[in-house]
Amino acid sequence: MAAKDVIFGINGPVVTVKNTRSFSMMEMVYVGESRLVGEIIGINDGFTTVQVYEETTGLKPGDPIYGTGGPMNVLLGPGIIDNIFDGIERPLKAIEEQSGSFISRGASVSSLDLNRYWNVKIKVKVGDTLRGGEIYATCPETAIIEHRFMVPPRISGTVTKVEPNGKYKLMDTIVVIRDEKGTEHNLTLCQQWPIREARPNAERLPADIPLITGQRVMDTMFPIAKGGTAAIPGGFGTGKTMNQHQLAKWCDADIIVYVGCGERGNEMSQVLDEFSELIDPKSGRPMTDRTVLIANTSNMPVAAREASIYTGLTLAEYYRDMGYHVAIMADSTSRWAEALREISGRLEEMPAEEGFPAYLPSRLSEFYERAGRIKTLSGSEGSVTIIGAVSPQGSDFSEPVTQNTKRFTRCFWALDKSLAYARHYPAINWMDSYSEYFTDLDPWFRENLGEDFIKYRNKITALLHEESALMEIVKLIGSDVLPDEQKLVIETAKAIRVGFLQQNAFHADDTFVPLEKQKLMMKSILHLYNKAKHIIAAAIPISRITELGLFERLAKMKYDIPNSKPEMFDELIADIDKALATLTA
Amino acid sequence: MILDYVGVKEINGSLIVLDDVEGASFEEMVDIRLDNGTMRHGRIVQIEGKRVVVQVFEGTKSISLDNTRTRLKARPMELALSPEILGRVFSGAGEPIDGFGAVYPEKKANINGTPMNPVSRIYPRNYINTGISTIDTLTTLIRGQKLPIFSGSGMKHNELAVQIVRQAKISDTEDNNFCVVFAAMGVKNDVADYFCRSFDESGVLSRVVMFLNLANDPIIERTLTPRCALTAAEYLAFELNMHVLVIMTDMTSYAEALREFSSSKGEIPGRKGFPGYLYSDLASLYERAGMVKGSTGSVTQIPILTMPNDDITHPVPDLTGYITEGQIVLDRQLEGQGLYPPVSVLPSLSRLMKDGIGEGYTRSDHQPLANQLFAAYARVQDARSLASVIGEEELSPTDKKYMQFGKLFEQYFVNQGYTENRTVEQSIDLGWKLLSTLPRTELDRVDDELLDEYYIDDPDQITFDDFGKTSDNKSGDEEE
Repeated sequence: MAAKDVIFGINGPVVTVKNTRSFSMMEMVYVGESRLVGEIIGINDGFTTVQVYEETTGLKPGDPIYGTGGPMNVLLGPGIIDNIFDGIERPLKAIEEQSGSFISRGASVSSLDLNRYWNVKIKVKVGDTLRGGEIYATCPETAIIEHRFMVPPRISGTVTKVEPNGKYKLMDTIVVIRDEKGTEHNLTLCQQWPIREARPNAERLPADIPLITGQRVMDTMFPIAKGGTAAIPGGFGTGKTMNQHQLAKWCDADIIVYVGCGERGNEMSQVLDEFSELIDPKSGRPMTDRTVLIANTSNMPVAAREASIYTGLTLAEYYRDMGYHVAIMADSTSRWAEALREISGRLEEMPAEEGFPAYLPSRLSEFYERAGRIKTLSGSEGSVTIIGAVSPQGSDFSEPVTQNTKRFTRCFWALDKSLAYARHYPAINWMDSYSEYFTDLDPWFRENLGEDFIKYRNKITALLHEESALMEIVKLIGSDVLPDEQKLVIETAKAIRVGFLQQNAFHADDTFVPLEKQKLMMKSILHLYNKAKHIIAAAIPISRITELGLFERLAKMKYDIPNSKPEMFDELIADIDKALATLTA
Repeated sequence: MILDYVGVKEINGSLIVLDDVEGASFEEMVDIRLDNGTMRHGRIVQIEGKRVVVQVFEGTKSISLDNTRTRLKARPMELALSPEILGRVFSGAGEPIDGFGAVYPEKKANINGTPMNPVSRIYPRNYINTGISTIDTLTTLIRGQKLPIFSGSGMKHNELAVQIVRQAKISDTEDNNFCVVFAAMGVKNDVADYFCRSFDESGVLSRVVMFLNLANDPIIERTLTPRCALTAAEYLAFELNMHVLVIMTDMTSYAEALREFSSSKGEIPGRKGFPGYLYSDLASLYERAGMVKGSTGSVTQIPILTMPNDDITHPVPDLTGYITEGQIVLDRQLEGQGLYPPVSVLPSLSRLMKDGIGEGYTRSDHQPLANQLFAAYARVQDARSLASVIGEEELSPTDKKYMQFGKLFEQYFVNQGYTENRTVEQSIDLGWKLLSTLPRTELDRVDDELLDEYYIDDPDQITFDDFGKTSDNKSGDEEE
């Protein structure tokens, strides 16, 4: 343990130490007799500044500060999945057992259960050469996730000792390797990693595989790639959290890291409740078997909120390195930015835009750049996809957090208040949103869903844009004066909005829709549109087409046709043809 | 050994600075005795070595550099708690002001509370029947929820809050378990009186704990008021297992007090001069709502805030909306039309509603009905804006139907007398009646099964005579 120093000043979560040279930047420290966790965030000749991750009430000048000699670390090993942590990887269930329903300060519990036995299978033998990142053992962590123990990235050497397969605890040494210098390293079931440092990988791969979410507006209109970055900005009540939950439940990543950063406590208990009841359709196991939760609710200390994003990201990278596709949901990054602002204010730094510190853009870019699809050090493939919610102040997208996030994410799902007011969910505005991944993913879509998919998607986008232009006119003079051809565009666009873009998260079938069905839904809508266009060209008024109730059928096809019966779309299209035939007969 | 520190080093706004203080701890309470014998209270808000900054609750008026003796109390700000606090009235800083003397404490608790462990929370699912159609049907209040009322100066938010307290109480089966904690922050004397009177009239006064910080009381006390109130509420809910409804009014005054204090401390201001930590600060209050394992009680919060200039993007309503689980927004235009309660349906929302309604709670058709009402009423707004350009005559027949629906919806569904208490059943049926005035094909948010059951095909059967009787604000041409 490093030399003992004492507190000089206290201002909220910021504590200063006078005349000391014992700490290094970003070092983790323990503050006061109750050993509150803190981190060194500033050093100058006179003062060293500590940000404390817990309530500072009751601290006194003269209380001791203990250094740890290392940066803020997380413990990585089996037991992470299906667990719920606070912002600095303290397990909330264990804290509950220790201190009851309310979190007391200075709770010291190990991040992972040290006494639990894991059924370990050794993958190496004496004499093997191991490089950093290579896998030396595995164990089943949950029913669907196999935990792969990797040599810490900066260590390599020859295996000198191997324990037999069997049950081991977290700190048990199972493999010993000797590096070039002759130093022996004991490899246990866990390792540590500093949260603010990205874990290394062998090479970055292009983002050309989509993350399939089952949400139509996302998959079809604004797709995101595995290893991509997306922002979901929206004022309160527009459904950011709802969208994040839907993605966490249904996207085809192997592991979900859900970071509740400065959000509501009841939401976290909802996630806990829902995810343990929900069964993953692919594995038949509860969703919690592939989920890690990090809960730093808005009333928990602000400094830990700042750290929670990095903690989540580090856990995600750890599983990525095992060769998994990981998606991390950060809800919400604005709260994290506000934590930065709050701490920056306490440090009396010069503020930039709206009181946010000048380093906000660089912090945001550092964060989002840790996403990516990569080749791991052991040669397999993994990815971290980051989906960050943004809560713009006053629902104004020109505020600094939204603007800077927009610069560093490639997918932008803009949530719209007026859509949310009309209970059009997901309230993703199709005019303001965009995805830069579309061209990258184009080959994948063509290969897996056929050429038609892209064609339909483009046509649908075009119709929606045309409708938006027409609505400008309608707003001024009403829709009666439009020619029938344009009325048809408006009717079709309505069918797209209600039948396709709107999706009911509470409906058993509609909550997740496979790409194939998405394609057939588009096909049906466009089929009616094209047929109707010909009929109108033959001078038959559009009112006769709308009377047939076909547009209403399209609006309800998401409920009428189960996901498991795509062949029913053929019937639908046949019915459309039959009904329209009565007009031309 | 008890030390008194004589005099102060510096006075700035409500802050005083003491020098050469030994052993002060952060957020410790201090007593300040003036030479004229009066006593003030304060709290340490910043420490730099032996220099200590103290926030004086009662203000620094008539404090000079050498007329004080300050004593450290060696404990943080605590509130005395016992079951006897029910029916009592306290100042904003938690001192009894009703003349019945001090509370004999069974327990003392730090007013800042401790954060609830997210895994110990029980997800709120039990709805509270408020007897108000717009709230019960469209923004259902759930036990353990925090649902603020966004209002503006001069609107009927206080009446609405009182009506909720009165009617929620009546429909409660576990009646004797119910109590109200009322925190007034910077409200006018008349408003505080109105609440007292109304609680008395509805017979709940003996189950109300009041914390009053009136408009002319010190602002530092105002920043403590909600904390004291919530500490009392947590005690009643989680230790005495009661269902506590906390009404906090007015959150805007609270935030302004915080701003005043922050600027006197010389902190860097954020948006509109409010401190950068306003979000965290508000969250530390609102997040104290909820239910917790190991206790059968609950804390439900209804904070009331007036939006300055009716601006919902103002930092206080904005940040509140991000923390709370929905909001009930009042609308000046509806109020102007004489409708009560003037709930603006579209921006109002209850996030917890989806799990607390439907089969087993209210009725299985509740959620689809609510979705359809929202969607239809949103269409009404489009039709209205179109009508304002081209005139109502020129609207398409469907749009005309919507205009008619909008009128009926506001008149019978939104508008409801101050004393009218509707069951959820009645409100839902009324909703179906209103939807039945629209063509059946327009109702695309509900499936056919429900329409078969609830859609009324015969227009003669759609009557609204049972509703809005007690309201004297009916614009009713048909009535007189």
